[in-house]
Amino acid sequence: MINIPVIRWGKPYESLEIQDVRHFFTGDAVAKVSQANGGLVTRDLRKAGKAREVLRQFTCSDLMERIARAADLYENETLPLGDGQQSPDEFAGQQSATTGLPEHMCRANMEKNSFVLRNMPKILDALTRGLDPEILTRGYGIESRGVVVSYQAQTPILGAVLPSNSPGVHTLWLPVVALQMGLVLKPGSQEPWTAYRVASAFAEAGIPPEVISLYPGGHDVGGAILAASPRSMIFGSQKTIDQYAGNPRVQVHGPGFSKILLGDDVVDRWEEFLDVMVESVYINGGRSCINASGIWAPRHTREIAAAIAERIGPVEVLPPNDPQAGLAAFTVEGMGTAVKNMIDEDLKEAGVTDMTAPYGERLVEKELCSYLRPVVAHCESPECAVAQKEYMFPFVSVVECPQDQMIRKIGYTLVGSAITDDESWIDQLGQATNIDRLNIGAIPTNRLNWLQPHEGNLIDFLFRSRAYQTTREMAAIA
Amino acid sequence: MTVTNPEIESMAKQAKEELDRHTVEIVQWHFGEDTGCQFWLDRKAELDFDPLSEVQCYEDLRKFPLFEDEWLRGGPVERWRPKAYADRPTYVFETGGTTGIPKSRVVVDDFRIDYEMFSDTLPDQYFPRNSNWLMLGPSGPRRLRLAVEHLCQFRGGICFCIDLDPRWVVKLIKKGWMDHLEAYKNHCIDQAITILTAGHDIKCLFATPKLLDSLCLALEDRGTSLQETGVTGIFSGGTEFTPQWTRYAVEELLGGPPEEGGIYMTPTYGNTLMGLACSKPITAADGYKISYYAPQPRAVTEVVSFDDPNSVVGYGETGRVKLTTLTKEFFVPGFLERDEGEREPPFETYPWDGVSGVRPYHKLQSSTTVGVY
Repeated sequence: MINIPVIRWGKPYESLEIQDVRHFFTGDAVAKVSQANGGLVTRDLRKAGKAREVLRQFTCSDLMERIARAADLYENETLPLGDGQQSPDEFAGQQSATTGLPEHMCRANMEKNSFVLRNMPKILDALTRGLDPEILTRGYGIESRGVVVSYQAQTPILGAVLPSNSPGVHTLWLPVVALQMGLVLKPGSQEPWTAYRVASAFAEAGIPPEVISLYPGGHDVGGAILAASPRSMIFGSQKTIDQYAGNPRVQVHGPGFSKILLGDDVVDRWEEFLDVMVESVYINGGRSCINASGIWAPRHTREIAAAIAERIGPVEVLPPNDPQAGLAAFTVEGMGTAVKNMIDEDLKEAGVTDMTAPYGERLVEKELCSYLRPVVAHCESPECAVAQKEYMFPFVSVVECPQDQMIRKIGYTLVGSAITDDESWIDQLGQATNIDRLNIGAIPTNRLNWLQPHEGNLIDFLFRSRAYQTTREMAAIA
Repeated sequence: MTVTNPEIESMAKQAKEELDRHTVEIVQWHFGEDTGCQFWLDRKAELDFDPLSEVQCYEDLRKFPLFEDEWLRGGPVERWRPKAYADRPTYVFETGGTTGIPKSRVVVDDFRIDYEMFSDTLPDQYFPRNSNWLMLGPSGPRRLRLAVEHLCQFRGGICFCIDLDPRWVVKLIKKGWMDHLEAYKNHCIDQAITILTAGHDIKCLFATPKLLDSLCLALEDRGTSLQETGVTGIFSGGTEFTPQWTRYAVEELLGGPPEEGGIYMTPTYGNTLMGLACSKPITAADGYKISYYAPQPRAVTEVVSFDDPNSVVGYGETGRVKLTTLTKEFFVPGFLERDEGEREPPFETYPWDGVSGVRPYHKLQSSTTVGVY
């Protein structure tokens, strides 16, 4: 049993409040995690400026080299964790045990994180659109085109309230240390693993531990991080998004409502894109905001829905260590039933057909958890309520909608993969502000190019582009 | 764990005899035609036993059905006033009420008696007699403001009060208006700092844990501290109190234990129904464990089985907190609190059962908004 302490600017702190993180299937405690309290976080955040001071003593290039070393350590080595050690296999096993995600998916997410860490120079180059990192360090400098630019850091640290249910989201905060800012993280209650392992790998790779704080805890801890950090991100539901909408200090990540849109010009060849559609819905247990929850087409929708249902409807629940396991467990008591009830309600609506009905019962209840097998709903029109739903398992609505109404009716879409060669429609899609990441062509929604900003550019969030005039010799600051 | 010290055992036996005698007296009072309140006189006919002849000891109270606090909602509030006190000035204190009709309790003198008893537990070194107090907590229809003010006056001081409306705080949280919540908290803290730094020689403070936290941080922001304002004694309560929070407060807000930091903090557990339970002194050596003891025989806390509210759990075992109030003004023969905890044995100061580790009852936890102010 590993005891995981709170980390206060690199220093372990054993709390008097300990929470067991339990195995979703057996109920056995996997780790004992110290719990912080909100006041402690608020107090510590008064010293946040020190984190940036420490990191500015390194060049960005130096930090990126250390982070690349951390990538290897994170992915391949046994690292200190609390009062014990953790190998990569133990990491995947523990993460699977407490989140319900199959082990092979945990390993895939691990590779994704280490890819981002290892390729930090390219990632930063993409995020900054080619800016010399020294300009971010100094606050100003001369771009290659000879113009003085200034990017002023808006915060010494990034605060983040991390989720329990999707270990894939961590790539969003990984570049922060390379930008010479500290990290103040509240790990998810069921998924403390990634934040601690990254912090451990960073420390082993020579990043000063005092630039990172980890505060497992309750809601008051999350509230304190959001209130006391000049910039923070939170992962949550639509309610969380609504709560922080318009707050420039908080970047909110919630449901993605990602979609595949088939154009008039290609829809008659829909079978060619079936693999893309199935992958987008099914991969990673359907848990990501980048999984497709909607497939919109002007015709053939019933055939498309039937074909997807034929592929993923028969998927059965397999043990989490089975390399073929495609479904993740709902580890919160009653969650699977609650989600199933919501879907059943929507499936009763006129014009909606449950295409996975022939493949048996969807809800699989175990003693301490539950699963939902994939659901494919066919909607005769975009007005059906289920057309705008997203759930944390392979769930998709296949919606019939004329192409000329599609952009208006799809609603917010984190990743939109539009399969079309219609130049006029491509132009309209490019102008659509309700689509965040736009893919043109048969690109699965889950295949992110990490050299593109995701869900709001981190640089825009952490830095402010401002005017900077100087009488000093240009050469001196170039 | 059992009570093995013969001296404490003897004290506990005496306390139990006193509780039995007091129980009979209170039941006679509340079911006496000339003294009791209309609510219990009406209930008497519905009971399948005669409380006047069949309650001979504390355990006989188990013959009553559990008290339902829903009975306290709505009027006429006079039905709760004992006939013997019909001509006495009467307060009504409310609990809940963010939405819907609040629960009401009528009080004549109980809050004064409770807090005078509590006063005896405060060390004069840190809560000096004749010193002034600041009350930083819920006011309005709550008992707390008047009670703290009386405590202060009883000890010879004058009490300054900050107005705080917990119902508005709950509404702000439910609406998700966190900016407003922060602004309202700052509004209260600003007033507190103004009073504390205005030369009133305030040495004692009531504050809820969250407000105490905010007050200390705000004082730090202004380059000062609670010690520098002259405060030496803090009575805290009103919301959930955990050992971890207490440790954090002692180590990081108050400059260490009283002998080092110069400030003594005592946690309390109470509500409008029961009164005020005091804490056994908290120490680092004891893991900042907080054990509460009710002001027996006026009130009793028991830790009972989750499945059987008439079965007390063993010492150190976990169960639900059950309250019994036995004053001439109010009779509650067993009410299941929304809290759980561990049963604690008697000790010299309080030779009767206590409860430690008080936290929201796990089955109600998700539906309860705790620690809001």
